[in-house]
Formats: sequence, C-alpha cells, structure tokens
Amino acid sequence: MGLLAFFRRSQPTANVAKERLRIIVAQERSARGGPDYLPTLRRELLEVIRKYVNVDPDAVQMNLEKEDGHEVLEFTVALPEKGKA
Amino acid sequence: MTEIIVVTSGKGGVGKTTTSASVACGLARRGKRVAVIDFDIGLRNLDLIMGCERRVVYDFVNVIQGDCTLKQALIKDKRLETLFVLAASQTRDKDALSMEGVRKVFDELIAEGFEYIICDSPAGIEKGAHLAMYYADRAIVVVNPEVSSVRDSDRILGLLSSKTRRAEKGEEKVKEHLLLTRYSPRRVATGEMMSVTDVKEILGLDVIGVIPESPDVLSASNSGTPVILNEQSDVSRAYEDAVGRLLGETRQLRFLEEPKKGFLARMFGG
Repeated sequence: MGLLAFFRRSQPTANVAKERLRIIVAQERSARGGPDYLPTLRRELLEVIRKYVNVDPDAVQMNLEKEDGHEVLEFTVALPEKGKA
Repeated sequence: MTEIIVVTSGKGGVGKTTTSASVACGLARRGKRVAVIDFDIGLRNLDLIMGCERRVVYDFVNVIQGDCTLKQALIKDKRLETLFVLAASQTRDKDALSMEGVRKVFDELIAEGFEYIICDSPAGIEKGAHLAMYYADRAIVVVNPEVSSVRDSDRILGLLSSKTRRAEKGEEKVKEHLLLTRYSPRRVATGEMMSVTDVKEILGLDVIGVIPESPDVLSASNSGTPVILNEQSDVSRAYEDAVGRLLGETRQLRFLEEPKKGFLARMFGG
C-alpha cells in the first residue's frame, strides 16, 4: 500500500449509492401494486426485441401508471445508436 | 386508547430489536403502560436485549394456543413498573402464529389497559413480518445508511401500504417513520456514507430519529440493559429524542455532526 493510499483509505462513494438507489427504488415502486406477471412480461418482451435489435437490458423501462379508472402500461426501449448494434 | 407500533426493516441486523427495547423503555419511563412483543418465532432475542431471558416461562405461541393465560406469559420488567415483555416462541413451526391468534392477544392487551403495543418484527417479508405489521397504527422503519438496507426498507413501505389491516379496510394509512441507525457523522462528512437527507429523500419519509454508531449498543446488549437506559450515552439521548417525537414533541435532530475533539484527544485517539 502506497503512502497516498494510506491517507486516502476510502473513496467518497455516498453519492454513487444515492444515485443507484434513486433509480432502483423508482423502478421498483413503479412496478409495485401491479400484476405479478410484469417481471416475466418484461423479460419475454426483451427477448423478442433482442431477436431483432441488440438492446441492453438497462435500455428497457417499464412503467405502470394508474390514471382515473384505467391503467397504462408503458414500455420504453432505447434503441442503440446506428452502427453500434 | 391503545396504539400499536411495529418496528420493522426488511433487512436483518439493522437494529430492530435494539430499537424496540429502547422505544418501549422510553415510553414506559414516561409512565405509559407498554407491552413489547417479539414476533421472531423460532429466533427469540428480545428477551436477551431486555435482560429477562431467564424469566421466560411461557411465550407468545403458548398464549395463542391456550397453554397459559396472557398474564402468565407477560414478563414484568424489573426496572420499569409499567413495562411488560412477551417473548417469542422457540418452536420451528412457522404456522404457530396466526392472524386470529395475534388479534386475540392484542384485544386482551387493549382490554388490560395497555397504551402501547410494540411489535418487534422479524427480518424478511414473510409471514412473521406480515403479522407483526398487520394491525399496526404506526411503523418505525429502521434503516442503516447503506444500499441494501435502504432498498429493503422501501419494499417494507410497499407492504405497509398494501398488506396491513388499515390498507385492506381503506382506513387512514399506517403512519410511517424513518429511524436511521449506525449513523457515522464522520463518514458522512467525508462523503463515504449517505446522509440523513439523502436517505430521507430516497424513501420520502419523515425522520423520527438518527442514532449514532456507537460501541454502547454492543455493551448494552452484552449486559441486557436496553441502551436508552445508559444515560451517559449519545445513543440513549438520540433514542430519548425519538420517543419524544413519537409522542408529538418537536425536537431538533442531534448527533449529526462529529463531536469536536480537543488537541490531546486527537493526539492520543481518546
């Protein structure tokens, strides 16, 4: 362990933790109260999409919103930039 | 009027039992009649933290199954007149606890004039945790400023708003409070640990207390004296503040900053 490492024993990572939690908590909250098949639906849709486009699992967002009287299931796929897929 | 309070977290080892014991003592110290119940069937621990492990004759499941009366199973605290402990059963039968059984015990406690019933929830989101929160009026969600604890507690918030009696009956929702434990102001200052504001923002809860990280918690559990009773400790003061807030008092959060050390203390690591 170098002298520098000795003085800098740990990295300030709290902001990384906060950002990761902000995203995952929002994602899990949006799926909450929804039907149990949502995770499977998400996975299977992703599989179908990947037959045609090579998307990253992170690029798929699923949102269930309750509006007065009905529910809207929103599925957003960010396609990769041209040439990268 | 009886208030049922669940102390819950999702993740294990974050300080539920320590908190249950200290909150129960804090309320009883103000003359409230308090029953604190261990819901961790199979893994009894509250009795150790309360220091009454050798006086357990009957437990929660014994009462439900009619092996004894509630009065026989309630262990009267030796320090505080109005405080009673109901120990968890050591049985491995997960179904020993039932919704109706729990209701029956609560009804009897209410009829006996208890003002507070503190439910020490087991970790996880299974039956024991569900039963501990089901009848709650309030929830103290115990969280460490660390990713897995925060995420798990958000799961618990989801359950509180859907799987409780209040949620099912469409009544006013369970009041939820955030209690941060093992808080290290020094590490927050250096950006190594999420701050109380960070956690509050992520979970969207009001903060009922911030308990500083301290060796006093271990020595309290070693000796079977709930840490709130150790008047010398900042942890005791922090829990005392939380109890005050629970009762509706306005109290400034303390112990969010590292205590300033004198020159000698810094030199010799005091």
